[in-house]
This record gives sequence, structure tokens and C-alpha cells, in this order.
Amino acid sequence: MKVLVTVKRVIDPYVKVRVKSDGTGVETANVKMTINPFCEIAVEQAVRMKEAGTVTEIVAVSIGVQQCQETLRTAMAMGADRGILVDAPADVQPLAVAKLLKAIVEKEQPKLVIVGKQAIDDDSNQTGQMLAALLNWPQSAFTSKIEVHGDAADVTREIDGGLEKLAIKLPAVVTTDLRLNEPRYVTLPNIMKAKKKPLEVIKPEALGVDITSRLKILRVDEPPKRNAGVKVADVAELIAKLKNEARVI
Amino acid sequence: MAVLVIVEHDGQRLKPGVTNTIAAAAKMGGDVTVLVAGHQCSAAADAAARVAGVKRVLLCDAPHYAGAGAENLAALVVSMAPQYTHIVAPASGFGKNFMPRVAAQLDVQQVSDISAVESPDTFVRPIYAGNALQTVQSSDKIKVVTVRATAFDPAGDAATPAPIENLAPVADTGLTQFLGQELSKSERPELTAARIIVSGGRGMGSSENFKILEALADKLGAAVGASRAAVDSGFVPNDYQVGQTGKIVAPELYIAVGISGAIQHLAGMKDSKVIVAINKDAEAPIFSVASYWLVEDLFKAVPELTAKL
Repeated sequence: MKVLVTVKRVIDPYVKVRVKSDGTGVETANVKMTINPFCEIAVEQAVRMKEAGTVTEIVAVSIGVQQCQETLRTAMAMGADRGILVDAPADVQPLAVAKLLKAIVEKEQPKLVIVGKQAIDDDSNQTGQMLAALLNWPQSAFTSKIEVHGDAADVTREIDGGLEKLAIKLPAVVTTDLRLNEPRYVTLPNIMKAKKKPLEVIKPEALGVDITSRLKILRVDEPPKRNAGVKVADVAELIAKLKNEARVI
Repeated sequence: MAVLVIVEHDGQRLKPGVTNTIAAAAKMGGDVTVLVAGHQCSAAADAAARVAGVKRVLLCDAPHYAGAGAENLAALVVSMAPQYTHIVAPASGFGKNFMPRVAAQLDVQQVSDISAVESPDTFVRPIYAGNALQTVQSSDKIKVVTVRATAFDPAGDAATPAPIENLAPVADTGLTQFLGQELSKSERPELTAARIIVSGGRGMGSSENFKILEALADKLGAAVGASRAAVDSGFVPNDYQVGQTGKIVAPELYIAVGISGAIQHLAGMKDSKVIVAINKDAEAPIFSVASYWLVEDLFKAVPELTAKL
């Protein structure tokens, strides 16, 4: 079966983000960018399913600026067979992303779409569920295990109090949680090979999707700073502070 | 204006964060209607009727709402949507699962995880693991909003309970079949409801070593949490995870033990009232958010703390 995976280009999660002084957003110039960690898990899952013989072709899709081609090359170095870039501004909102993906799904006809549960930049946690809704497909959000059996899959989802098991019909959309797998490191020979894999670039208009923002970003601010804390010398002092100063125990 | 809040419950009681979500919804303006959907959940509807600010409760009881599956719950909410200006749910695992489905079916761009209501169409939400706060204005006719419960004080008790009406279910979509849940069993309070949380990180070293944290937690009546590093190392299950991709907590007292303080962990706990950090590394970033910090080996400090409390 064919699988579609999505990859988003984001600021490296280990970089400390800085809010621009004019309050319009965060600084992205000269900042290290990378593949969103949950998207990396999505690619890894598809590659493992291909290695296990369940999947025959992996198509990676990214939506954003031209540099997202690098993100797609990373996905292809991990094992995706080809890439599609929808050439759009970096700030396309999740509903528009889901609509673009729906158009690609209708063209590519995958049986499974694997999406990261959340991008670590805008922390929206929406795209996969929205795509499933637009396609009227079942969904498994925050997935930690997938077993495909023909036209159905048994999935395990991470929920607040533990785990949930569902049987879902395929085609379906799955969003990845941390424990689904541990992504592989890409090797140099695979990076070289990925450069030769096909990468198609398309415009949102070609997919007939209006990507106008529905949410207007009025401003972006720094969060309030916590008051500086106090170093305590030992456990006895800590207990005294908690009892007499903070009064929390 | 009319606000619909979809309530998370276990059939009997409301889950932590629901009354906070109702308080946030009340700030959006208009009457608050609460939907309790599930199977054999009339006790939860009774509980919802007793929350201050709730004007009426709609109870929709059918087998296919057991487990709050996204497909069926979204279909029900979408069928009710035309009567409301705002559709609101907690940004917990429950709300995150079905709300984007509701939004997409209504052709609405959802506003996720809000931490403040500025006006009926303008909300503040943390982005980049809480390292920036974004103020957004929605141009959609219906606002679909999920609420960061820790950012709002809980609604109190109503003087008189709100009326409860029964609501007919919509047809089962049949897209998914609920097979079951494996819930972590614990006598300790739930993480998102606890007044005190004791959390361990990679420095704990093993699953076995978490016992010293559990002993401290039991002495304090606290919940036990963990950093993503501790979950990734397999010391504790994922539902212990506090952070950007785990649970967001803001207890009165958060004790971080052997946690270095990665951005993604701080995102989940830095709004706690008092933060204590115990780490042998004097340079650990967790100290930058700590109210009190102790540079000491946790295997010495934690048992001593438990013994002296």
C-alpha cells in the first residue's frame, strides 16, 4: 500500500527562540532549522512499514517556503521514495494545510497518511485530525503503535490516563506520539541517494485551495519572567522556606 | 452570543480542568451550555449542572459515545454547532483529539490551547513551548477554541443546579471501533489536579529509583510526574510526562528532581506557583525557573527530605 507522510520545517527545538522587538513574531533569520521531531517519527514509521513489507511506496509532502526542499530531502534520506513541496508562505494555518493535503491525498490515493501530532513551533496540534475530518476518514491521534491487517488497523493511542486501543478502517490518518518509534540517523550514502529522488513542486492554486489566514496575529509577546529564586544550602533550609516563606506545605 | 462547552468526564465525575474551561468559556460572553456525551453518564451531567456559570446541561447518552471517540463526538458537536457562537473544550488529550475535527467540518480555523480571553474573538495562546505568547483574532463565524485549564481559575459551585435536558444521539459513523483502555492505576492524585507534584528526570537513573520519589510524594499527598527524558529512557509510562508534548501542570508546589530543565519540560510546569529544583549540577537550566534550588545529589537529598517532613 501507498503511504503519505508530512514533514514540516521548524526552528530547531534546542534553539532558544527570541521574540522580535516589534512584536510581529519570533526571530527566524539565521536560526537553525530542522524537520519537526514528530514528523521525523512519521517518516520513520512509514520506512519501518516499508521494510516490513506492508508498504510499497512512501510519498513525503511539505508545505512552505523553498527551503522545505531540504526537509523533504531529509525524509527521502530516511527512506521516503519521492517528495512533493507545496510552495507557500511559511505561516499557512492548519486548516489550509489540511485542505492542501486533502487535495494531494485525492490525487495520490494513499491508504494511510501519517502526520506528526504537533509542530513544535505553533503547537497547534490540529492538522492530522482536520485532514481526517475533511476526508471523512477515521483517525488515530497520538499513536504509539500501529498494526495493519489488510483493510483495517489496530492502533494504540496515548491518552491522559494511559493507553487506548482502537480498530480503525483504512484509509485513515494517524498522528504520531513520541513512543511510536525512535527515528534513525541519516547516513551520508543515503543523503547522496536522496538527492536523486524525484521532488515535485506545486503551487496552492494548482490544487484549488484558498490559503488565506483565518486567524489574524495581532502581536507576539515575551512571556512574563519568573522572579529570581533562592539557592538553599541544605534540606533543612529548604523545608523551612517551604513552610514559613512559601507556605505550601 | 451562546457558548457550548464539551465536558470531559469518566461517566461519574468531571475530569480535572473542566471547571476551569467553563470559567474561560464564561469570559467569552453569552450563556454557557454544557454538553455531556458518553454512555451511562447521567452522574457526570448532574455534576456539570452544579458548576457556577452553567445555564443548561445537554445529556447525550449512547453506546457509541463511550470512550469519547473523535469521529462520533465531532459529528454530534457539528450537528449542534449552528446554535452557538463559540465551541469550547479543554486542551487535554480529550479536547485535542476531537476538536480539530469539529473545526474542519465547520470550515473554521481552531484556536488551540488559549491562556487568556481578550474579547469574544481575540485570544492569547502560548507558542514555541511557551517561549512566546501569540494574540490572535478569529475571523470565523463560529469560534472553535481549546483551553489551557491551568491558565484559568476553576468555576465554583452553582447556588442552584442548572436544568438537564436529554439530547438525541446522531448516527454512529462506524469509522472506528473502541477496543478498550489500559489506565494507569494509582492511589495518588491525578497530575493535572494535584496540589503538589514531585517529578523525576533522567537523573533518576532507573525505574527502580523512582520509588524514592514515590515515597516523598506519598508523604506530601502529591502526584508523581516525569520529564520526557525519563519517559524516553523507559523509567515511567508516558502518561507521567510533563512538558510541551505531555501534560501542562501548574500546581502550588512542583518539586523537580534530577531534571536538567530542557525547554520542552519547562513548557509544561513553569507556571507552577512554587518550584523546587534538586540537582547535583549547579549549572542546570531548571534553576532559572526555580523558586528554591538545592545543589545536591538527589539520592541523598530526597530520602532526607522525606524523613524530615
